[in-house]
Amino acid sequence: MIANHLPAIIPLVFLASALLIPLIGIWKKSFVYPVAILSVLSAACLSVYGFIYVLSYGTINYYFGGWAPPIGIEYVYDPLSSFVAMVINTVSLLVLIHAFRIVPSDLQGRETAYYSVVMLLLTGLNGMIITGDLFNLYVFIEISSLSGYALIAVGEKRAPFAAFRYLIIGTIGASFYLLGIGYLYFMSGTLNMNDLAAILPLINDSPTILVSLILIVVGIGIKMAIFPMHGWLPDSYTYAPTTSSSLIAPIGTKVAAYALMRLLFFVFGVEFFSVELPAADLIAAFACGGIIFGSVMAMAQKEMKRMLAYSSIAQIGYIGLGIGLANPFGFIGAVLHLLNHAFMKACLFLVAGNLRTKAGHSNITLMDDSFRKKYPWTMAAFTVAALSMVGLPPLAGFFSKWYLVLGTIESSRWIYLAVILISSLLNAVYFFRIIEKVYLKSPAKEKQGDEVVVINRDEVVSSMLIPTLILSIGLIVLGILNVVIVDQIYKMMPAGL
Amino acid sequence: MEIFQTYNSVIPFYAVMISLAVVPLIILSDKSPNLREFWTIAAAVLKFILVVSLLPAALEGKEAVYSILEISPRIELALKADQFGIFFALIASGLWIFTSFYSIGYVRGNKEKKQTRYFASFAVCLSATIGIAFAANLLTFIVFYEVLTIATYPLVIHKENKEAIAAGRKYLLYTLSAGVILIAAAGLTYSYTGTLDFTAGGIFNGLNLSQNSVTILFMLFLAGVGVKAGIMPLHSWLPAAMAAPTPVSALLHAVAVVKSGVFGVIRVVGFVFGPDMMSTYGLNNILLVFAGATIILASLLALKQDNLKKRLAYSTVGHLSYIVLGAALLSPSGFTGGIFHIATHATMKITLFFCAGAIYVNLHKENISELNGIGKVMPWTMAAFTIGSMGLAGIPPINGFISKWFLGAGALQADMNIALVILVLSGLLNAGYFFPIIHRAFFCEGKGLEKYGEASALMVAPIVITAFLSILFGIFPDMFFNFFELALSVTNNVMGGL
Repeated sequence: MIANHLPAIIPLVFLASALLIPLIGIWKKSFVYPVAILSVLSAACLSVYGFIYVLSYGTINYYFGGWAPPIGIEYVYDPLSSFVAMVINTVSLLVLIHAFRIVPSDLQGRETAYYSVVMLLLTGLNGMIITGDLFNLYVFIEISSLSGYALIAVGEKRAPFAAFRYLIIGTIGASFYLLGIGYLYFMSGTLNMNDLAAILPLINDSPTILVSLILIVVGIGIKMAIFPMHGWLPDSYTYAPTTSSSLIAPIGTKVAAYALMRLLFFVFGVEFFSVELPAADLIAAFACGGIIFGSVMAMAQKEMKRMLAYSSIAQIGYIGLGIGLANPFGFIGAVLHLLNHAFMKACLFLVAGNLRTKAGHSNITLMDDSFRKKYPWTMAAFTVAALSMVGLPPLAGFFSKWYLVLGTIESSRWIYLAVILISSLLNAVYFFRIIEKVYLKSPAKEKQGDEVVVINRDEVVSSMLIPTLILSIGLIVLGILNVVIVDQIYKMMPAGL
Repeated sequence: MEIFQTYNSVIPFYAVMISLAVVPLIILSDKSPNLREFWTIAAAVLKFILVVSLLPAALEGKEAVYSILEISPRIELALKADQFGIFFALIASGLWIFTSFYSIGYVRGNKEKKQTRYFASFAVCLSATIGIAFAANLLTFIVFYEVLTIATYPLVIHKENKEAIAAGRKYLLYTLSAGVILIAAAGLTYSYTGTLDFTAGGIFNGLNLSQNSVTILFMLFLAGVGVKAGIMPLHSWLPAAMAAPTPVSALLHAVAVVKSGVFGVIRVVGFVFGPDMMSTYGLNNILLVFAGATIILASLLALKQDNLKKRLAYSTVGHLSYIVLGAALLSPSGFTGGIFHIATHATMKITLFFCAGAIYVNLHKENISELNGIGKVMPWTMAAFTIGSMGLAGIPPINGFISKWFLGAGALQADMNIALVILVLSGLLNAGYFFPIIHRAFFCEGKGLEKYGEASALMVAPIVITAFLSILFGIFPDMFFNFFELALSVTNNVMGGL
């Protein structure tokens, strides 16, 4: 019984706790965190259950209030959306466990509001994933974006400025999207995705549809930070507090990427955007630009979080490339990378957070081998995640690259193939730069005397360490067992691929 | 072509994993070095026994197969102990035993820091090497190949000085680039053939591909495996990697890592493309040019090195290309000689590196110009050095002669006189860069050497044994492990009859 209502329950759990948290906060502040963690935990469990349920019993189409579409709003819980929901909620759970100690120290006294907004963000993201309605998607995009601006703005001194910039750019993106679906509604008279998918082939030679496709791709592309619409991202990720950046970086842009996939593959249709129009090619070309740009910029950064932010632009490029290839291997690569990158980036941002907590900074130029001695486990997790980012087997990152490589070969896109391979090497450069420092660079000597400074282990508390380690171990498991996941991705494959 | 029977067996898997399994034990025994070294030795001996236990069946033409799991749809992470794999695994695991004893003597004699990391990385490297030897398909090969790259890195930078770190960067630059190129090559192969399984005689049978696409694919493969195989111009990481401690240079940069590269070349030539395709598309000529040029240039460069390890490194580059040349000849004798050279070069070169290490630990001398008269203080070491260098120059009855003889015969069989000229020339150059060292050691007067003697027994014993093995396998190439029979049989399978 409960399973049939899952599509509604998951976002509602978050919405309810977003509203409850301020009330509880007035009554008793110490209950805020448990409520937050409990709702993420239950959402994570529900979404795992939901994924298994959907795989065995098929897609759930949920009509809100019993109103059948196109009048009512439909939620679609199919293999793809249930999979992405599972990834998002699991990663959020780990990040929020990590938040237990770090949020009180980052944001003294503002925890209640912060957790409430986090829940709102997760409402928005889960809603974006599960909804089957274009306008509803817009609403959830706005919910997640607005809460995203707030989560970023509470960070360092320069964070409000970064958040404001994101707000301006993000609003433009959302408006583009709204305009796009306006045209679609105007042409087809429906906002339901399934309906639209059936109607579009009849009317898609109209230039209006083309314009709406462009507007939608650009609008979501801004949310996704696909090159060259990434301008808001580096500052936002850098200045946001640890928990915000560890939440938004791994899953925020991923959900936008998912929305793009959903709209292109399931609404517009593969045939339309890749064969009749060169949209797929353009997306792939921009994605490749982003891969190279992001990697090169990441090499130039001195601050770890900023480096990770640029690296995110590159990694989003991989997903964009997978979408743009519009063939089965590309799709597998994109979906798998969505999962792998969520794990990798979450792990890396948590590491950056651990370093900021303990060492007070995450400045790459100041790192030396005392870091390894003080934080051996944190740095071990970093190393695993970094090797996975570089794409070394048998870690997870290798396999998403492998499928993308097969995808580029299938479509004979040799330049894209070269881009993927070169970017692996660029990743190696900027990650080994840190690994080399942390493991090999002896600390700058104190000028007075030759006394040996004994460096003791000073690892972060276990509530921060364990999520970091789980994520890094997850990368090994995801890599080795990738076929299990890929077999499921075959079931998510849209018609026409 | 002989039809192989396969049987399921976990032994190849155990053989790969045993050294990986002791890594946690090595790390946990950080505080008690003797226990820690016990784990290394135990793993080395067990690994060797496991590999040897696969040999009898392989000689009868049965191959042990073990599939670990699926790592890409329809491609499994699978191990197959075929004759060629066992051939390589025997050499790598056998010599690991000697290297382990030698390493203990070396790191203690030299008071190296971070010994635990050293032994742990070494164990991972050996797992990866045996994985490469037993890889049943290209993707499994790539997985272990990349693991080997990463596991070797801590050993290359072991000394943690500027030179070592620079060498580490160079090493990663070359090997990681090669890795991604190999991935591209594997992807292309998969899209052409739908399989990545190594099959004697090639997997492209019956496909009609254009000359350009085959040439490009081959060049990608060549770049992918050629870096570790030290094919010029991709060799320059190897002399730089000599910044590593000598046992690392001995086992990894004379046996495991570089031989994984040439092993890869032979896998590509014999088991991916196959001899027919190699000659139809003229790919063997490409290989021949690279191999021939490398042999001559590396030997010439070796002549000008004064640093002993660097000279040995360039000599390694040259000799690796003997093996590549053997593959490029595409004649049965040449192929056999090339494969057999994997074994012979291993015993000889490891002896030479061991000697260089013993000299370094004892006298702290690295340059050839300082070696006057050391033959008198380190007679055993320098006698072994003499045997090794005579073997590399191709003088009977040392095993280097046999592989060279077959390579020469192969050149005639293939009607490629130029290859024969290269071999003869390289033999002379080998003598040219090795004999002055022997001359200095035994016939020049040294100064200030009175207080020195041989290095510790832990180091001298492996040196003498490997030198002795070089002679033994030179006289009885089939002694103990039927190396020659294996090489012959692999050629049979690839070429289809001698």
